Amino acid sequence: MDRKQCCVKLSVQPSRGLMDEKFIVLVQNALPGSQLTIRALHQCEDGHSWEAFGHYTADTTGTINVSEDPSIGGTYSGVEQMGLLWSFRPIPGSKSGLRMRKKNIQTPMEVTISVYQGHQTEGFADLVPFSGVAVERWYMAPGVRRIPVTEGGLNAALFLPSGPGPFPGLLDLWGGGGQLVEYRAALLASHGFASMAIDYLTAKITMETGKMVDNQYFETAYRVLQQHPQVCGSKIAMIGLSFGTSITLKMAVYSEVIKLSAAVCISGSHVQPVDGSVEEILRFFQKNGEKTRFSEKNEVIWRDLLLPIPTDPSLKVNVGRLQCPLLLVVGEDDQNWPSQESALDIKEMMARAGNSHLLTVLSYPNAGHLIEPPYTPHARSSTFKTVEIEEKVMCLWGGQTVEHSRAQEDAWKKMVVFLRENLYGGRKPTSFSHL
Amino acid sequence: MREKSAVPPILSITPSRALVDEKFQVLVENLPPGCPVTLHSLHHSEDKDDWEAYGHYVSDHRGVVSVTEDLSFGGTYTGKEPMGLLWSMRPVPGSREGLRLRKINVCTPMLVNISVHSGHEDFRDRTPLASALAERWYMAPGVKRIDINKQGVQGTLFIPPGPGPFPTLLDMWGGGVGLLEYRSALLASRGYVSFSLDYLRSEHLSADVEFKYFETAFNIIRNHPQVIPDRVGILGISLGSMVAFNLTAYSTIIKPRCIVCISSNHYHPPGTTLKAGFKILSKYVLLTVCHENLMIIQIILDLLVPVGRINCPMLLVNGCDDQNWPTVETAEEVSDALRHGSQTRGLGSTYGPRHPCFSVTVCFSVILLWGGHTKAHSDAQEDSWRKILSFLQLHLYHSPSVKAKL
Repeated sequence: MDRKQCCVKLSVQPSRGLMDEKFIVLVQNALPGSQLTIRALHQCEDGHSWEAFGHYTADTTGTINVSEDPSIGGTYSGVEQMGLLWSFRPIPGSKSGLRMRKKNIQTPMEVTISVYQGHQTEGFADLVPFSGVAVERWYMAPGVRRIPVTEGGLNAALFLPSGPGPFPGLLDLWGGGGQLVEYRAALLASHGFASMAIDYLTAKITMETGKMVDNQYFETAYRVLQQHPQVCGSKIAMIGLSFGTSITLKMAVYSEVIKLSAAVCISGSHVQPVDGSVEEILRFFQKNGEKTRFSEKNEVIWRDLLLPIPTDPSLKVNVGRLQCPLLLVVGEDDQNWPSQESALDIKEMMARAGNSHLLTVLSYPNAGHLIEPPYTPHARSSTFKTVEIEEKVMCLWGGQTVEHSRAQEDAWKKMVVFLRENLYGGRKPTSFSHL
Repeated sequence: MREKSAVPPILSITPSRALVDEKFQVLVENLPPGCPVTLHSLHHSEDKDDWEAYGHYVSDHRGVVSVTEDLSFGGTYTGKEPMGLLWSMRPVPGSREGLRLRKINVCTPMLVNISVHSGHEDFRDRTPLASALAERWYMAPGVKRIDINKQGVQGTLFIPPGPGPFPTLLDMWGGGVGLLEYRSALLASRGYVSFSLDYLRSEHLSADVEFKYFETAFNIIRNHPQVIPDRVGILGISLGSMVAFNLTAYSTIIKPRCIVCISSNHYHPPGTTLKAGFKILSKYVLLTVCHENLMIIQIILDLLVPVGRINCPMLLVNGCDDQNWPTVETAEEVSDALRHGSQTRGLGSTYGPRHPCFSVTVCFSVILLWGGHTKAHSDAQEDSWRKILSFLQLHLYHSPSVKAKL
């Protein structure tokens, strides 16, 4: 080992952070002007390894500060404070179509960050770094509690912030892949919202009888949340991504039971048979199955299934009747849903109805379908299995990594501010400057 | 229980998980403007005692209280004190006497619950409006803790994450306590292999054997595969400082790269064991409870360890109001001895301001005064820790190996 570099010091602060918090990666005591590679490594729950790395040159004091200095190569370039996380990609030799998602959110995501001599691009497993540190990234802040919810046949998990409460509530829905996806709800609870993640496609009744849940399923979830002693019953919002948007808009406009204070709809559409149950909506999408396209890599493109946006009012949620603020998040390169076209149509409908003051649209060029909490890697495509089809397909989500990652960071910050303003009321919050 | 429809204020702690020497920001939002509130911190210790701190604040026109920016008007701390909710902690009313807050299990974090209550006086009578939990860690992720019991030497070794090898510290605590690991854990979290040596519980027959114990410990550490052998320093506090001076001055085997002595004293009757030496000095300690610490210097001037024999950089850290050892006088004497003896090399001293005594501890069935007013003492701790880390970084990480003769 080169003794001159034997005491290169690497530090990451904070070493334990929430998933949406920034960190500062600092290298000190390197040889001034030397070339170094800073690399992050993570092994996820399913055993696959992911890596990200940047190429740097130490300054005259032998220091590299990732939040101030540019990377001149690697999986990201330029000054990118969080590049070591959002530019993660499966290590060479991994199978294709992977997507990084954490299932057990009560343990942290563990990342090893190391610094190597020279500008390396491969073979890291055979190199000995100068220095390495372990970093923990948490979905749950200390004191946040997870409570499984099964009453009324629900497959859900409620995350309560620490403290006496009462807290504003949030119903959290994901899309066509089903399962109970908890990480966003856990993170939102860490920001002060009593958040209930709901599985509505692979619930107990569906797994046992094959029948899809009806509208009452969501109303039950709402009631359970509303009646919880630590939830502020009059301040409940709903957030949905992809197919979750369809449910959110439907409930926001048509439900007699669910009264929302705000709604967030990410990468979705208002196009659906308005009187339809979950089952009927899914069948409506299937009917247009022949509009499925394929990319040159044979990835499935589903965005055309709902196009053109219909003019028939029975095929679109009547957003003109919406009575709560709505935040739409759109990736303009969304290859899975026509979220941009839908957003434009929603805007027109609300303008005609006179309630467009309730609407905010965040539209991101070159961002794809999966707009998730920040600093997790972008998947332009991945293997995907919906509840309706038997085999897995390679699904094209869209988006270019750099712009998509910036969109995730920006959208998340704005979403949390939107929820804070509408659920906690009053002033713009000051406590997110660290995000 | 509060009315369910009322939305509460929001209390946030950033970061919510941190090392114990890292700062945090406590913020309360969504209060009514101009609202008097009390921020309260509570910690339930491993010894099952409750410790608390609190500050009285008034929200601004936006309904915000920022502990980092705003003034506390009273409580266990006053003024602008971002970390006041931690350093000013004291046992809750009704606790037993003579408590000291020290964490024994360093693998788990210290949990501090911070809450906001309405009003100033009698804030305890009301349930909190909001609260949040902070985790304060002694160990960074990836630090390994290893029990050592080798060649008769006992202690705990902490190794930082990464390939190594690392600069290293032999860490020695003072008298009257068991093995304390938390400083070593924290040093490992800052990139040093750190060995918390258990030297008071072991049975030793004579001063020679005792000396050998330390030399063996030093060698075990130096030969460890994760240790850079010529970058080993010694860190001592109180009695541990005495040991550090003694070893560095007399041992032919122990050659530390640098030493840090906190609340130092170098009064050690040559040829006596630590326990014996400490016993002699304890007699004088009892007399100093009346604040007559000048007496010690006069009585045992002839017991000086010749610090002129020490050839490595030294950092002495003292509280000017140290009622346990005459540390200021010690540092002055050490400086003197070095000036008249050999060259001074990298000797620095850090002092805290003079204030009346505050914190106490139970030791040898006598309640000893450690000295130092809370605010000044904690400022000194914060400042000195930063300077200790900086001193260690310079001498253990940065400076090239010394090859030339002095």
